[in-house]
Amino acid sequence: MKVKMLSRNPDSYVRETKLDLQRVPRNYDPTLHPFEVPREYVRALNATKLERVFAKPFLASLDGHRDGVSCLAKHPKSLATVLSGACDGEVRIWNLTKRKCIRVIQAHEGFVRGICTRFCGTSFFTVGDDKTVKQWKMDGPSYGEEEEPLHTILGKTFLLGSCASDRNIVLYDMRQATPLKKVILDMRTNTICWNPMEAFIFTAANEDYNLYTFDMRALDTPVMIHMDHVSAVLDVDYSPTGKDFVSASFDKSIRIFPVDKSRSREVYHTKRMQHVICVKWTSDSKYIMCGSDEMNIRLWKANASEKLGVLTSREKAATDYNQRLKEKFQHHPHIKRISRHRHLPKSIYSQIQEQRIMKEARRRKELNRIKHSKPGSVQRVSEKKKRVVAVVK
Amino acid sequence: MSSSRAAESSLLALNQQEELEDLPREYPLSTSEDEGDSDGERKHQKLLEAISSLDGKNRRKLAERSEASLKVSEFSVSSEGSGEKLVLSDLLEPVKTSSSLAAVKKQLNRVKSKKTVELPLHREEIERIHREVAFNKTSQVLSKWDPVVQKNRQAEQLVFPLSKQQSIFAPIEHVVSGWKARTPLEQEIFNLLHKNKQPVTDPLLTPMEKASLKAMSLEEVKMRRAELQRARALQSYYEARARREKKIKSKKYHKLLKKGKAKQALKEFEKLRKVNPAAALEELEKLEKARMMERMSLKHQNSGKWAKSKAVMAKYDLEARQAMQEQLARNKELMQKIQVASESAEEEGGVEEEGEPFVPDVVNEVQVKADRPNPWMFRNHSGDTKEAEVQGDPEELAEPAAQEAPESEEEGPVVAEEILLKEFEERRSLRQKSGLNQIAKPVGSQEAKDLSSQEVLSELRALSQKLNRESHQSRKQELSSTRTVLAVQREEPAGEEEEPLLLQRPERARTLDELEELGKEGCFQNKELPRVVVEGQQLERNPSNHLGVPKEKKRKEQMIDLQNLLTTKSPSMKSLAVPTTVEELEDEERDQRQMIKEAFAGDDVIRDFLKEKREAVEASKPKDVDLTLPGWGEWGGVGLKPSAKKRRRFLVKAPEGPPRKDKNLPNVILNEKRNIHAVAHQVRMLPYPFTHHQQFERTIQTPIGSTWNTQRSFQKLTMPKVVTKPGHIIKPIKAEDVGYRSSSRSDLSVVQRNPKRLSIRHKKQLKKNSVD
Repeated sequence: MKVKMLSRNPDSYVRETKLDLQRVPRNYDPTLHPFEVPREYVRALNATKLERVFAKPFLASLDGHRDGVSCLAKHPKSLATVLSGACDGEVRIWNLTKRKCIRVIQAHEGFVRGICTRFCGTSFFTVGDDKTVKQWKMDGPSYGEEEEPLHTILGKTFLLGSCASDRNIVLYDMRQATPLKKVILDMRTNTICWNPMEAFIFTAANEDYNLYTFDMRALDTPVMIHMDHVSAVLDVDYSPTGKDFVSASFDKSIRIFPVDKSRSREVYHTKRMQHVICVKWTSDSKYIMCGSDEMNIRLWKANASEKLGVLTSREKAATDYNQRLKEKFQHHPHIKRISRHRHLPKSIYSQIQEQRIMKEARRRKELNRIKHSKPGSVQRVSEKKKRVVAVVK
Repeated sequence: MSSSRAAESSLLALNQQEELEDLPREYPLSTSEDEGDSDGERKHQKLLEAISSLDGKNRRKLAERSEASLKVSEFSVSSEGSGEKLVLSDLLEPVKTSSSLAAVKKQLNRVKSKKTVELPLHREEIERIHREVAFNKTSQVLSKWDPVVQKNRQAEQLVFPLSKQQSIFAPIEHVVSGWKARTPLEQEIFNLLHKNKQPVTDPLLTPMEKASLKAMSLEEVKMRRAELQRARALQSYYEARARREKKIKSKKYHKLLKKGKAKQALKEFEKLRKVNPAAALEELEKLEKARMMERMSLKHQNSGKWAKSKAVMAKYDLEARQAMQEQLARNKELMQKIQVASESAEEEGGVEEEGEPFVPDVVNEVQVKADRPNPWMFRNHSGDTKEAEVQGDPEELAEPAAQEAPESEEEGPVVAEEILLKEFEERRSLRQKSGLNQIAKPVGSQEAKDLSSQEVLSELRALSQKLNRESHQSRKQELSSTRTVLAVQREEPAGEEEEPLLLQRPERARTLDELEELGKEGCFQNKELPRVVVEGQQLERNPSNHLGVPKEKKRKEQMIDLQNLLTTKSPSMKSLAVPTTVEELEDEERDQRQMIKEAFAGDDVIRDFLKEKREAVEASKPKDVDLTLPGWGEWGGVGLKPSAKKRRRFLVKAPEGPPRKDKNLPNVILNEKRNIHAVAHQVRMLPYPFTHHQQFERTIQTPIGSTWNTQRSFQKLTMPKVVTKPGHIIKPIKAEDVGYRSSSRSDLSVVQRNPKRLSIRHKKQLKKNSVD
């Protein structure tokens, strides 16, 4: 006769090794868990506060240049290598992991206007104010060799792709003889940068403190105007994921904008950083480099409160959860206030206030004009349309 | 239009035909301009001419110069009469006949037939057109990215780098071969290595390793794995089945199984013998071997431990004895020598096998008796035993027997019988189910309780026989009416039990008729009236049907209720008809009120509001707290309530709250639930992507933490939007990555190669665009 007994499979409650986590049986019945929302709200609030506490984006400053840094370039193959050109014609190659300069080349007389690496990373080109283009080997001169360029192209500098001169943006197709189209904006455009993930989107850094994101197929209205800077924007670079971009400004700060938002999500500044001339987002999308007037290259984290280094899986899960919580409760007033809080230097702060007043006055004036003129005679022009002066075919 | 005309004007005026076409258009215009209102006659003449020239032939007459022009100029010849330019061909017209000028004419014709070359456009304009075309082309090429970009924008999660790089194994010799020693130190080391003949460029990968590098593809692996899985699953099924079967403890079952197997083996052997004698011989040899083994062993000799113990018991226990006998039989069977040769012997053996061979009949009988409930044993015995059983205990197999018995008795009208039987069954079940008929019920219960099943059986038989007879009779009659007639005939012996069923049909029809009647009457009569009428009618029509009355009444009521629904409109109809009879002055007012009342007949707004307010007040009042514990200090249990005294004692009365703010405002409900302290934490405006506050609330209310979700769903919920691998370079998106082939270069080059050969129409269109 068989006796029936209660039996349990030990596999369901005994862990295999002592390093395994203890299995915790859990009842997910929602009636047993009241106060889910308040508890998550508190967690979100804490996460937001902690994010602000840990937001320390500044990593390192690379000094060595003897004049303002005019241009930066990334190595296409190696994450740790960065090239920089200065206003005195000096080109330096840096190793980011060691935070040291590996090589110094006196490339030009006068400004180094641009640096560009070859796609394979074996050599790079520099353009200088002395009307020459030079090609250099990426590796240092081997034993017994002289430090000299591979090729030098003298004469007039040829234009590879022009973006801005007299307040307009011209689009070229390199495969054709003619330019494609030209947009004239209010003021001069300093740089444009193409979105690496969206082939027809580019962003222009303008002198009028704003950045304009265009779809190149419809140039008459920008897709988005990004405004937060209080001085001319000098440089812009996309993150390799194509979701954000960073802009360097004359107002001694750099800002990070999401592509689809008109306001920046982050502003970086230090007391010693002067007008930022060039900025680059590293190709692993983790760091940002900026070269400024006071001869330094600074390295920042792209995500201010991110923990660097290897994360355990639990840490990763926690950060993901916190991120999601912040997103979920982002509209709640307390959380919004804390997450938006940034310390700004006094000059920038006061300029922001001033510009807000100016903008408000302009708006008021426009409204008044509409109010006191014959209805229909004064049309309201949208902000986006206002910025584009003309599109030349 | 304007552009075309401009182009034409720029052409040389050699093309006469074009000119001719243009003329009639310009003709009236010029006259009106030049002459003004000089003389109507000539104008009229010209108009006529113009009209005549419209008829398609384009005849043209040169206007005669009948009088002097008004504007006489010494500088030019006035062509006022014709209003058009003089053309070379006009001058040549009169010389048509003279043949000497034929050569000239030919030349002229040649000139005429030559197409004119268009005037080249401005350089700037051409460039602009090129730019335009190039831009269009480029933006067209670029729009191939749209789906990819859209997909990436909407993706739940993007993992960068997008293209997974296959890690390439570069054999070390390849790496080494591309590298040369330069510095003295390196050279020294290399020299040392070479001196010792260290393998520098030897293949370091064995063939095995190389093969492992070229592993099988993913699909192959998947297929193979699936195959293996299937095989494993099948194996496990078989194992489980075998285990299950092994676990069955029933000896009977095993015995039967064994027997079945033996039979099967025998059958197979027979078959084999017919088909393949050699194989059969081998089988026989096997059997022989088994016999030899058996003879050598003492296995079935009743000499084992078990057999000894059984022998002790055999005196008292029948089963033990049987078991011993069986073992001995088995021994015998195995020891028996098998004759190969004669068929008769085989047949005998077969017979022996069929009827259980070595067991005496008595034993067999005993077994049968013991195995009575066993279905396997039951199947073995043939038909006669079954019959005996049926006769012996009819309780068991009453119904099947009932079905079989008539079949055996009369084989002729089988089909009719079956139908009848079925009908009978149906009736019976219906009768039992409905339980409506008061007479039928006791009969049914009697049948169920009092009569034994044998009686039922006999009754059934009798009935079926009778029915058979009747069916024979009825078959002589019309075939179509058989069934109904039978039913009627059968009713008579059965009494009144089937009555409701029979009555149902006519009654229904009647009610339908009534419905129609009601439909007619309903507009004018009250709703109560028809019911009375209907009932009256009903009573009139079936006075004999006393038994069915209560049930019918019920049904009728239902019907009339339905009718009520249909006739509810009548009062409103009345109200609409009323105003004609009432005085006119009051009429309008009342009418309007009536209208409003009718319009809002369903919703009494004021009362609803008052009710709502009352509810709100009730809800906001502080509630009393009842702290009585049932069964505490007194008896408790189901149905017992704590005493009133106790309840009074433990009832904590809530304090009267502050007076409501809307106490003196009868038309207002002021919500006092708003919590000022919570406001600081609440979202004031509906945030952007949401269109309704419920959406937003729902997103907030679904928790995402692992406290409330399973691990899997937690991971899914907290999945980050963008994942990047540390230390990996993310390259810009490429056409190849997304699956496009980079053919853009070729289409662009086509444009570039012949930019000047753009079709004229295209050019014109572009030009027009640029003008616009």
